[in-house]
Amino acid sequence: MTSSAPFAAARAPRANPFQLIGRTVLAALREIGRIAVFWGRVLLACVTPTIYVREFLRQCLKIGFYSMPVVGLTAVFIGAALALNIYTGGSRFNAEQFVPNIVVLGISRELGPTLAGLMLAGRVSAGIAAEIGAMRVTEQIDALLTLSTKPERYLYAPRVLAAIITLPILVVVTDIIGVMGGYLVSVGSLNFNGDTYLRNTWQFVTNNDIVSGLIKAAVFGAIIALMGCYQGDRSKGGAGGVGRAATLAVVGAAVLILASNYVMTSIFVRIGL
Amino acid sequence: MSADTTSGPRFGETPILELKNVHKAFGPKQVLCGVDLSVRAGQSLVIIGGSGTGKSVTIKCALGLLRPDKGEVFFDGLPATTRKAMDALRRRTGMLFQGGALFDSLSVWENVSFALLHRDGVGRGEAKKRAIEALAKVRLGPSTADLRTAELSGGMQKRVALARAIIAKPDLIFFDEPTTGLDPITADAVNDLIVAQVKALGAAAVTITHDMASVRKIADEVAMLHEGRIIWRGPAADIDQSGSDYIDQFVHGRAEGPIQPAL
Repeated sequence: MTSSAPFAAARAPRANPFQLIGRTVLAALREIGRIAVFWGRVLLACVTPTIYVREFLRQCLKIGFYSMPVVGLTAVFIGAALALNIYTGGSRFNAEQFVPNIVVLGISRELGPTLAGLMLAGRVSAGIAAEIGAMRVTEQIDALLTLSTKPERYLYAPRVLAAIITLPILVVVTDIIGVMGGYLVSVGSLNFNGDTYLRNTWQFVTNNDIVSGLIKAAVFGAIIALMGCYQGDRSKGGAGGVGRAATLAVVGAAVLILASNYVMTSIFVRIGL
Repeated sequence: MSADTTSGPRFGETPILELKNVHKAFGPKQVLCGVDLSVRAGQSLVIIGGSGTGKSVTIKCALGLLRPDKGEVFFDGLPATTRKAMDALRRRTGMLFQGGALFDSLSVWENVSFALLHRDGVGRGEAKKRAIEALAKVRLGPSTADLRTAELSGGMQKRVALARAIIAKPDLIFFDEPTTGLDPITADAVNDLIVAQVKALGAAAVTITHDMASVRKIADEVAMLHEGRIIWRGPAADIDQSGSDYIDQFVHGRAEGPIQPAL
């Protein structure tokens, strides 16, 4: 008994599970609060002067134009795979003729914005986080402040505005290429008539289908850029910190895109959009 | 601590920058424990001290990049507590960062004239002209103006950063380790440029450095920061007869003494 006492005294106190839960919840709430304050500051900078037009146009080129190849490639394969799946599924109850209708509906309302958003979460959000993170650890953001320039105006707002504006444009491109992917497979492999396929597509799609996809795209654009800026701004500790910021930005943006997609779809269904 | 020798015929009466009892901690680590510091117009103060003693934190507190936990910063006699006061401080100060902190997405001239372009609303043509003039002051030719910062050597980057710090004719310039990473000859050239430009502007300068050659060249006065406090301050000429064991150890670069090496 006496011999075991020193060992008992040296043993670390067992962590109270309620303390652990409480600590985790508080840390999560703190992080949500920090994100909300940061996003509020940046969104305010987006709608109040001064807007750095040159920087905004540069970001439009980087975020929008240079993302075209990756988004286009994704769209053509998704459209093609979608057409094959709908054909296979539809043939079970003689509904193969609905391939063009379901392809255009699926791409314009759901797959176009979501997949473009997820692809850009990987390409753009990580890129923004890495760039801002490198600027943070090399004191370039401090240098901006000493030059009386607010980073939320000069760095973050142009990126967020560029993403909000260019992502819907990319989604229009995704919709068109996705439909063409479905068309190519349907006409080339599934013996659809090309004119009929395009006429069915055009007659079936409504303005609401397109608009709901574009609204989602604009929201996803904001999430992608804001998450990249936030994680980049918070990065510290050199190259490792910058890498961690890029990873967190991609993961955070992807999760928020999927969650907000569900919320927006629910709202659109409820209001008939 | 030495007697106060800050008043002299060359310098202004009112301190342009004053830190009073500034405290700053990061989590459990207390970095600054009551720093008192003042710099007069036209005076060049060099802060020395070992690694991790809070030199950079001190100037970041002075510039408002970090908020002190306790204590006050005064600029030109007024407390720099509000955003407006801090904006005024930043408009009248220049800063040369340790790594240069040049914006790698911009050309050299856009870096140098950043404050003119984005703060003062100067047109691009005029801003480029003034950037080339500022580059000439740090002995860089007009051909460097259109280069990207990644194309410059370390010494050139420091000189571009110096040109950026002086272009708006500030009243106070901060230099954070201006010669770190440079060979002794380039370091001496950068020191010469700092002295020449600070004198030409009539500005006050606050420099933090480990480099004793820089101290002897740049400083009118030297202050030593240790364990979050200024433990000695005096004229640069007195540094070899300071009577302080801390200063002696630092000046002679000895591992033995009251200051423990940061290993």
